[in-house]
Amino acid sequence: MKAPRTSRTLSLHALLVVVGAVMAVPLLYAVLSGFKSTDQLSRNPVGLPDPWVTSNYTDILGSGGFWRLVGSSTFIAVGTTVLAVAVSALAAFSFARFAFRGREVLFTLFTIGLMFPFAVAALPLFLLLRSMGLLDNPLGVILPQAAFALPMTIVILRGFFREIPAELEEAATLDGCGPLGFFWRVLLPMARPALGTVSVLAVVASWNNFLLPLLVFTDDTWWTVPIGVQQFQGQYSSDTARVFAYLVLAMVPALAFYSVAERQLVGGLTAGATKG
Amino acid sequence: MASTYLPEERSGVGLAAPAPAAGRPPGRARRRAAHHLTAYGLQVPALVLFGTLVLLPLLFALYASFFRWGGFGMPEDAVGGDNFTRLFQDPVFLGDLWRCLVLVLLSLGLQLPFALALAVALDQRLRGRAVYRMLFFAPYVLSEAITGVLFGMLFAPGDGLADHLLGAVGLDGPAGKWFSDPSTVMATLFLVMMWKYFGFHMMLYLAGLQSVPAELTEAALIDGAGPWQRFRHVTLPLLAPTLRISVFLSVIGSVQLFDLVWVITAGGPDHHSETMAVTMFQYGFKRYQVGYASAISVVMFGISLVFALAYQRFVLRRDLAGATTTMRGGGA
Repeated sequence: MKAPRTSRTLSLHALLVVVGAVMAVPLLYAVLSGFKSTDQLSRNPVGLPDPWVTSNYTDILGSGGFWRLVGSSTFIAVGTTVLAVAVSALAAFSFARFAFRGREVLFTLFTIGLMFPFAVAALPLFLLLRSMGLLDNPLGVILPQAAFALPMTIVILRGFFREIPAELEEAATLDGCGPLGFFWRVLLPMARPALGTVSVLAVVASWNNFLLPLLVFTDDTWWTVPIGVQQFQGQYSSDTARVFAYLVLAMVPALAFYSVAERQLVGGLTAGATKG
Repeated sequence: MASTYLPEERSGVGLAAPAPAAGRPPGRARRRAAHHLTAYGLQVPALVLFGTLVLLPLLFALYASFFRWGGFGMPEDAVGGDNFTRLFQDPVFLGDLWRCLVLVLLSLGLQLPFALALAVALDQRLRGRAVYRMLFFAPYVLSEAITGVLFGMLFAPGDGLADHLLGAVGLDGPAGKWFSDPSTVMATLFLVMMWKYFGFHMMLYLAGLQSVPAELTEAALIDGAGPWQRFRHVTLPLLAPTLRISVFLSVIGSVQLFDLVWVITAGGPDHHSETMAVTMFQYGFKRYQVGYASAISVVMFGISLVFALAYQRFVLRRDLAGATTTMRGGGA
């Protein structure tokens, strides 16, 4: 831009640096604290670790417990995503490419789900899962999470499917494709970016879910990462440095996933919000 | 075989060329039936999943809210509207409503303007802008439970980071009472929420700002409008749809707030940070007053629904007008 802007740009940078520091300090503090012993942490709370203690991190990584949480969380996230995306793709295809009686009513029904806080359904959902014998079963988390992911997934996929030109559909029909052939061979391959976006959203929502696994898993077999973190803190509350190390390791998968899927995540959230 | 499996008039998009009116009535009727069958068939899995695990629980909560019920067997002891009468005399629940309102107002008054200011700042050419954007948004991808545990420790009494920092600059601060003092707990909670969520709203605004045509702001510049005028009269009106959605999401978020509070304070001290969802959890899962807890669920849903409908009716309609007209006259 222009030269007289320099002082404004400078103050802008100052503001951004301050905000950036406020955002980063809690995370950095947790990382550094994990490299101290709890004793060192209380003597030297804000300085750099001296000496650097790695045993907090290595102990956690060396124990099976942490990896089991990561395994459960991954399994549940993948299950939820596959189910939600598969089921939503069929419904979105129907909404986008078919004209049928009751279509708008049905679509409105799903969009109501967008404004439906999960906490509202938690209690009756728990009772339902209990009567279905799905407590302490990963399906007890996967199925409801997939159901709650449907509205957002359907809305985004429907929008994408509608934009595929009708000429393609006609060409596919001329080549002898039925509706399902068109869906499978033309629409889905073309919709790969949109499928990526909705999958990323479903993975993140599942990975971070707390209330549902808290209700469903009464024993630790299938505990997910957020539940594990809360339990670990309860168990080792006096060993502060170790809890910090545990927190940091628990954050790594989500942050790593964010750094590789930033575009899909941000694009999906903004699209989902503006289309919902 | 006709040229398309879409029925007579138009495809779902309303773009497809009309199918040739060939085909005698019987064949056409059969094709039409097959078309509808496929269309409905594709909806079945989604409807089953959504119906049993989203709609059914909601209806059941509505039913159970009219009973005194411990959660085992079927509800039998019908008490009419007693649960709701009791709810609106319960000081804790009334407090929940008040705290929800406070969080909404704080969010509208502080968090969203802050997010907007940073979005405007990051919308310009600026060194390191991608890094800032990524950093500000990062907390959003962290689990609420993990965020809660982290801040519970940072604001811990005695040796938390917050007190050390304030001590280092010579301030007393709440000296470890951040989350344990009734007068500071909500403010501290709001700070954590802002840390976690403002980046999300900022991203929404950034996406909205991209759609403000540069020609418009340039035209205003040529007309002699200053930065504030350009923002106030060009950018802000064009950003209105995004702002409304962000307000909506912020309100829904406050209504259903659970994870953060449960992990950090569990509603304490003495209910001073309790939310509707926490109260519901306490009654439903700790005290086995499932009918009463269901009534709380119903009120939460009622608030969300009324707000969503009113919002859609009065505010979102203008924004969605374009989208809904293209959907009109679908099949029936």
